[in-house]
Amino acid sequence: MTLLPSVPTPRKLGLVIDLDVCVGCHACVISCKEWNTGGYGAALSDQDPYGADVSGTFLNRIHTFEVVPEGGQVIGEAGEARIVHFPKSCLHCEDAPCVTVCPTGASYKRAEDGIVLVDESKCIGCGLCAWSCAYGAREMDLAAGVMKKCTLCVDRIYNETLKEVDRVPSCVRTCPANARHFGDLADPGSEVSRMVAERGGFDLMPEQGTRPTNKYLPPRARKPLAASAGAAVLAENTDGAKGFFAWLDGMLDRI
Amino acid sequence: MHPAPSIILFTTLSGLGYGLAAVLGLGLLDASGLSVKVAHLAALAMIAGGLLSSTLHLGNPQRAWRALSQWWSSWLSREGVMAILTFVPLTISAWFAVVEGGYQPVAGLVGAAMCGITVYCTAMIYASLRSIQAWNTGFTPLCYLLFAGAGGFLLASVAGYASGAGGTVCAVIAALFVVAAWLAKHQWWTRLRALAPLSTPESATGLGNIGRVRLFERPHINDNYLTREMGFKVARKHALKLSRLAILAGGAMPIVLLIVAIVAGGGAVAVIAAMLAVLLYALGLAVERWLFFAEARHAVMNYYGG
Repeated sequence: MTLLPSVPTPRKLGLVIDLDVCVGCHACVISCKEWNTGGYGAALSDQDPYGADVSGTFLNRIHTFEVVPEGGQVIGEAGEARIVHFPKSCLHCEDAPCVTVCPTGASYKRAEDGIVLVDESKCIGCGLCAWSCAYGAREMDLAAGVMKKCTLCVDRIYNETLKEVDRVPSCVRTCPANARHFGDLADPGSEVSRMVAERGGFDLMPEQGTRPTNKYLPPRARKPLAASAGAAVLAENTDGAKGFFAWLDGMLDRI
Repeated sequence: MHPAPSIILFTTLSGLGYGLAAVLGLGLLDASGLSVKVAHLAALAMIAGGLLSSTLHLGNPQRAWRALSQWWSSWLSREGVMAILTFVPLTISAWFAVVEGGYQPVAGLVGAAMCGITVYCTAMIYASLRSIQAWNTGFTPLCYLLFAGAGGFLLASVAGYASGAGGTVCAVIAALFVVAAWLAKHQWWTRLRALAPLSTPESATGLGNIGRVRLFERPHINDNYLTREMGFKVARKHALKLSRLAILAGGAMPIVLLIVAIVAGGGAVAVIAAMLAVLLYALGLAVERWLFFAEARHAVMNYYGG
């Protein structure tokens, strides 16, 4: 059924990703691939895995961007630019175009929690849903010929055979920097909703009209490089040294 | 967008086929002529061939029948349903022409209308995608419809001249459609080239309030499904030149050949001129369709530095 739920879903399960904290280690990429290649649906295949032209299906990828403020210089020249590591997986949009374009009913959004899933037994592998997604959240598995996407680890989060601490998506559980958070964004009192409110969490490409569930937290403001310049200069400068260090400075000058 | 040969072949062939079937359904030609009977069969063959080639790019073609189920939300599903339903009046029309040697107006007119609706559904598959701004315009279905009409009247003029009746009427209307189609396409291109991107690396990352955003490192060194499918760049370099070639081959030259056919008024000269016009038009259309994909930029490329 490729109609979107007619009323807002009572729960909006999703991720909050903290761009201030992500260190770009790609651990979530690997743990996602590992969990999901043996979990929901067909395995995540690789093509030419040991050759020069290796590629494969991933549901979560880390891009790295350089942001140059007005008047700043690119990072290669040690200026004001900053590097932001940017994890990206399905945003489980409220107005998900990937759902409504599906001709077979394979692509659907769950009415109870808003998770967008693919029923692989119905997917014909036409690729139209991947075209409709502005975020690149869907990748065709070339071995299985069906569309793969983030399931929000639907086979973990409700899985009572796992310990409670493990009932979160694999990427969230594995992140060593705690940059990824999982929760119900429909509940204003949830930890993720509070983070979004406090830190000014935002949507990606709001102009696409997809109303993503996942939110991103902006990098915190950083003091300009010039404000930290004193520390670097101090290493060459002994002005203002006192006591033992002033004596040592003087002695060493005389030798 | 990657221009997959199977999709280019599908939209070009089925567009010509639906155009021809619609024109035959209008009853402008004498259905007792041998060339008109052949035209009926050729239209069905082009439509069927186009549909078959469109299933070639599916990952699981054995489940293609499921694509008929979601017509209330999906333009691709609507296209599939309409394509199959349209075979009914077209087959009845072809039966009357080939076996009875006559024209069946009800099946003909209903079939013509359904051909138009099917082509519209095909165009809307592309035009409805907000993620691909180049396609997301009412000009897209307008171009598809006018190109199908132009191709249909061009092919019908060959059949008309070959059967000795109705060729000139079709040739005159074909010339008008060819002009209208390329004018609409020219507008489509003008819009595309003046387009300010809806999404940018700044809006894609939400980091625009800090400064200008540039990709520093891709998620991986090699290509993936997304960059292969949506990161096609080869043709953009030559896009302007190719679009002019398409207009020359698919627009200007067919017009000249149609004028030759109209002036000749019939006979071998008119048949050959109309046939050449069809071939050149098909070539121009294939280039146009290739550019349709190759020139279209997908919003996801904001994450891949393209």
